[in-house]
Amino acid sequence: MKPAPFEYRRPGTIAEAVAALAGGTESKVLAGGQSLVPLLSMRLAAPALLVDINAIPGLDTIEVEGEDGGVRVGALARHAAVLASPDVRRVQPLVPMALANVAHATIRNRGTTVGSLVHADAAAEMPAVLALLGGSVEVAGPAGRRTISADELFVGPLESSLAHDEIALSAYFPALAPGAGVAFEEIARRHGDYALVGAAALVDGDSVRVGYLSVADVPTVVDLSGVPEAGLGDAALARLEPGDDIHATAEYRAQLVRVLTARVVRSAREHARQSREGRR
Amino acid sequence: MTEELHDVRLSVNGTMYEIQVPARRLLSDALRHDLGLTGTHVGCEHGVCGACTILVDGEPMRSCLMFAVSAVDHELTTVEGLTNEDGSLSPVQQAFSECHGLQCGFCTPGFLTTITAGLRDNPTPTHEEARDMIAGNLCRCTGYQNIVKAVERAAVLVDLAEAPAPEAGRRP
Repeated sequence: MKPAPFEYRRPGTIAEAVAALAGGTESKVLAGGQSLVPLLSMRLAAPALLVDINAIPGLDTIEVEGEDGGVRVGALARHAAVLASPDVRRVQPLVPMALANVAHATIRNRGTTVGSLVHADAAAEMPAVLALLGGSVEVAGPAGRRTISADELFVGPLESSLAHDEIALSAYFPALAPGAGVAFEEIARRHGDYALVGAAALVDGDSVRVGYLSVADVPTVVDLSGVPEAGLGDAALARLEPGDDIHATAEYRAQLVRVLTARVVRSAREHARQSREGRR
Repeated sequence: MTEELHDVRLSVNGTMYEIQVPARRLLSDALRHDLGLTGTHVGCEHGVCGACTILVDGEPMRSCLMFAVSAVDHELTTVEGLTNEDGSLSPVQQAFSECHGLQCGFCTPGFLTTITAGLRDNPTPTHEEARDMIAGNLCRCTGYQNIVKAVERAAVLVDLAEAPAPEAGRRP
C-alpha cells in the first residue's frame, strides 16, 4: 500500500507545468489527489512523473461569466468551495445538488471538481453533470489552449480525451435557463459511497434530458422529451445497458434506473415550477 | 536505484519540522515515521476509514491521501495539537472520555480532528447533523451511538468554555 517511486515536480506556473509534462515520460497531474493517490498506493497506476499543480497561483477561482453566462471553476477549486459558493448555487443549482453526493466532506475539502471531471470515472457525479449540461473543459498543452466539450471529453472507463501532456485548467458549467429545472438523485450502499446508479435531470419546457452515472463505461445522457410520465423509466432503459459488477446485478441496476428516472424527472419538474413561481 | 530525496518543511501543531523524504512519502507516514507524531493512525490507507484525518489549515483532510512534499505551505494540526495549552483535554477529547466514545481507540484521532473542525463550523448541531459530521469516519467498536453523544456533549462543553466571553466568534 505504498506508491511506487516517481519523479516529482512542483511548478509555479502553467507554462512550467506544461513543459514538465512534455516528452514521452508517463506522467500524471496531481491536484486534489483524492482519486489519484489511492490508485498510486494500490499500484493500479505507477507513473514515472508526478506534476503537482497545487503551487500554481490563480487556479482556485470560481467565476460567473458574463450576464447570462454559466460558471467557470478553476482546476484547484476544491469540491467544498464549489459546493459552498452562492454564485454557483444561483447560476447552476445542479452543481451543488450533485456535489453534496460526492464522497464525504473530508474528501471534498481536498478533492477538486476539475480533477474529478478529467479522472473521467463513469461512477462519479460530476462527469454526468457536465455531460448533461453540455459543459466543457479548458486545457493547456504544448500547442496552446483548447476547449473540449463534454461529449468529446469522456471516451472510456477512467479515460478522458486529454493528451498526456495536457493539463485541465478549468471547467465550464452552463447556467440554468430561466424557468428550467434540475434535480439529482442517486442510490448508494452508504451515503458518500459511489452510487450504484445516479441520475441528474434537466427539464426545460418540453425538453426532458437525464444524465446517468454508474450505468455505462462513460456518463450517458438520454433525451426523454415527450415521453409520458409512466413510461420514463422504460424509455430510458431502452437506451441504456446497465452492467453487472460486485455491487449490483444488471437487473437491479435496471430497476434503479426505472425508479430514479421517474423520481429525478418529477423533482426537476417541481424545481422548474418553483423557479417559475419564484420569478413572478 | 537511489531514490531522490526532497527537502520538505512541514508546519505541524505550530512547530516547523525539516525532513528529507522521497516524493512518494505519504503525509500520514511522514507524520508518524519522520516526525514521530504517532497519534495519527493509519487504517485503510486509501481514504475510506478516516483514521488518519488531520486538519490542514483547519479543514479535515485524509493524511493518507496527501504526499508530504505537497503539504508544504499549510498549517497542519494532528491529534497531538488538539489539547488545550495547559495540556488538559480539549472539549471534544473530554466529551469522548465522558461519553465512552471509544473502545480500542484506533479510529479516535480521526474522529477528534473531524469533530473539532465540525463544531467550529456548526457549534450547535442537531442530532442528524452530529451524525452527518462523522459520516466519513469508520469505527468498528462502538456502534457510533456514544460517538454521536460525544459530539453533542462536546458542543455543550465548547459552549460552556466560551460562555464568559460574549459573542465568542469562530476560532481560527
